[in-house]
Amino acid sequence: MSEYILELRGISKTFPGVKALDDVNFNLKPGEIHSIMGENGAGKSTLIKIMTGVYIADEGQMFFNGESVVIKNTNDSQRLGIAAIYQYVTSYPDLSVTENIFIRHEKVHPITKKIRWKAMHQAASELLRQLGASFDPRTRMGTLSVAQQQIVEIAKALSVNARIIIMDEPTAALSNRESEELYRVTEKLRNDGVAIIFISHRMEDFYRLADRVTVLRDAKYIGTWNKSDIDHDKLVMAMVGREITQMFPKRSVRIGKEILRVENLGREGYFKDISFNLHKGEILALTGLVGAGRTELCESLYGIAPFDEGAIWFDGKQVKFRHPREALDNGLGYLPEDRLGHGLVLDWELFRNVSLPALKEFSFRGFLSLMKEIRKTKEFGERLEVKATSVFDKAATLSGGNQQKIIVAKLLTADLKVIILDEPTKGVDVGAKTAIFDIMGDLAEMGYGIIMISSEMVEVLGLSDRIVVMKEGRVTAVLNTAHTSQEQILRSALGSANGEVNHGK
Amino acid sequence: MAQRELLIERQRSMKRFIMQWEWLLLLIFMMIHVVNSFLSPYYLNFNTFIRTPMTFLDKSFLVLPMTFVIILGNIDISVGSTVALSSVIMATAYNAGVAMPLAMLLCLVVATTCGLINGVLMVKFKELSAVIVTLSTMTIYRGVAYVILEDRAAGNFPNWFSFLGWGSIAGIPFMLIMFVICAVLFGILLHKTTFGRKIFGIGNNKNACIYSGIETNRVLLWVSILTGLMAGFTALFLTSRMGSTRPNVAQGYELEVIAMVVLGGVSTAGGKGKIIGPVLAIFIIGFLSYGLGLVNISAQVLLIIIGMLLIISTMILNIRFKRMKKPRVLQS
Repeated sequence: MSEYILELRGISKTFPGVKALDDVNFNLKPGEIHSIMGENGAGKSTLIKIMTGVYIADEGQMFFNGESVVIKNTNDSQRLGIAAIYQYVTSYPDLSVTENIFIRHEKVHPITKKIRWKAMHQAASELLRQLGASFDPRTRMGTLSVAQQQIVEIAKALSVNARIIIMDEPTAALSNRESEELYRVTEKLRNDGVAIIFISHRMEDFYRLADRVTVLRDAKYIGTWNKSDIDHDKLVMAMVGREITQMFPKRSVRIGKEILRVENLGREGYFKDISFNLHKGEILALTGLVGAGRTELCESLYGIAPFDEGAIWFDGKQVKFRHPREALDNGLGYLPEDRLGHGLVLDWELFRNVSLPALKEFSFRGFLSLMKEIRKTKEFGERLEVKATSVFDKAATLSGGNQQKIIVAKLLTADLKVIILDEPTKGVDVGAKTAIFDIMGDLAEMGYGIIMISSEMVEVLGLSDRIVVMKEGRVTAVLNTAHTSQEQILRSALGSANGEVNHGK
Repeated sequence: MAQRELLIERQRSMKRFIMQWEWLLLLIFMMIHVVNSFLSPYYLNFNTFIRTPMTFLDKSFLVLPMTFVIILGNIDISVGSTVALSSVIMATAYNAGVAMPLAMLLCLVVATTCGLINGVLMVKFKELSAVIVTLSTMTIYRGVAYVILEDRAAGNFPNWFSFLGWGSIAGIPFMLIMFVICAVLFGILLHKTTFGRKIFGIGNNKNACIYSGIETNRVLLWVSILTGLMAGFTALFLTSRMGSTRPNVAQGYELEVIAMVVLGGVSTAGGKGKIIGPVLAIFIIGFLSYGLGLVNISAQVLLIIIGMLLIISTMILNIRFKRMKKPRVLQS
């Protein structure tokens, strides 16, 4: 019998073009809570998916209770007693708690195959009681809070006698009090001998809960520590690694007068007390973890969503845009994060996409001028070096980076002063990335004020003049890029600045 | 070496030109004439050709705005009831002593208001689908028409009123002239103006339009108003042709009109279509029913044929779109 219930040695996994895991080790003792930490894209999710059989490792070995095992699919992992609980619960909201717990392994009468409701309800309440939950198993799943739903998911894992429970960012959608409840349940499971893998961005989770931590960085295994052996600074350093060198030389642009000022902006349930300003020619990075409220904030600025309190001053006037039309007419543009859903009409030719935000400019008394559309699209397309054959190409036929350039071209057709770019390099290859950075530099030189939402530290540090860091709907730091470091940003993004801001619904 | 210059000439492809749905419609249209002329030796003359449309053109005025509605990705099944209500109110007003021109104006105003109500409901209550909204107003408008007139007929219009549905100018039916004018105007509106561009955009990707600053609600509202107005015109021509009206007129128009639009190659998923398709479809179905009349086949059989045409046409359209959907990805 081995010391470890699960052990992974030398795991590597390559996806086309990306090394997702490179010689990673991991081990798990029975009755421990083991945290896996690392930045976005460090390889945490891939590692979990290998444990649960969603992916198969290219190299490496797995041992279960000291015996070599191969997990080829999710059935294999279930047989071994490995269960995963995800950040956003994947349950059936219209079914009862009991049905959710016993789905696909319902208790049935051996001959008639009739479902034995009584026995199931009883077993379900027994499981819930073990977990210290007090709600009725006949409750409809959808009426429960996210925290309660997670407890149901845990009960479901226990109902199949899971010995290893993997929790992927379970606290991301929970309030502080709900997290406390989850901690309690998790600790109880540990005391019963269940091994728990806990993945989280939140430092609080680690300090409050974990016995050990394994850190991944850039698909590589960095190390495993007992909680007592690692302090906060050392942990952050392990996650971040070396200082990032300036990969994208920042152009020096003369910063002009203030063009946008946000004062104490708040929207119930999304963000609160947001204050910052932006100057002409300045690139302001807006960073933080996924779910920190950055997109929601910018959508309120742009008039997609409302805001409840505070004020926005744009170009010297106080404004409250009720529709993106007003924002665009006043000179504020927004490049959405969801490129395909919000940015483009995929079935349309490039020129029709480009002219969409400023149809007035391309028409005379309501009549469209095809010549104008084509000429402008050619002009902007060539300036942004869009790789396409003709302006009649369908947007769907372009690669991600070139589609992004077309959306930038859309913004250029309108007469703007401030442009908000929401994750402009997401899902874009390296070549197109540098092209987009170049364009941002050009825009800053032309006097645009630019807000860039980004989770990539390299971009944030390499491109911006100042950095606004958000955490759980609040601004935790406004930093001057020249005098800050990645650690400082990460500390503010993860940090312990506490705010009672609820997330989402 | 990457190519940086963007061409501004449309690549003309013979295949794509020939593969247009409208050619198939034109072919069907021709075939119907060939069959009809075999059925009746007197069929092939200019007069039948020009006068037959008067029997079916009244609802064609609804096909034009319905094309807009369906390109938007919506549907409107209240148009038949709108026709009935505005027609009934016009007749009642005239019989109560209102001057006929004023009553006609009232007819248009009532119909436009009906459309406006549909639009406002759809904009204000986003959780209600267009089907639910117009299904409700369909029964409400029809119900109001029954309340006003009960199950009676009203008419006794002045003689000159019959000119709308029966009259001709230089040998060409007034209705046909009006329809051609409307079709041209709607075609220009849809294909040449920013308004039309917005309609196509919303039908394709409403969210992208909102993020691009298109006021989608305003477009939706205007299309609804336009639909109402055209229902008013249909009411005028229909009432004129019948000489009197009842609360149950124009029953089932909504489905016939939607059928024509779909047969015309307008995708019910929204975002695709041309005005010429539904216009051809109007004449196909119109002359088809005329032909059936020639051989004494009852009008009910027409319904079967329309249904079959619809299934076949949407099948062909789907196969075609599927083939075109495969995106060609450029190497970057």
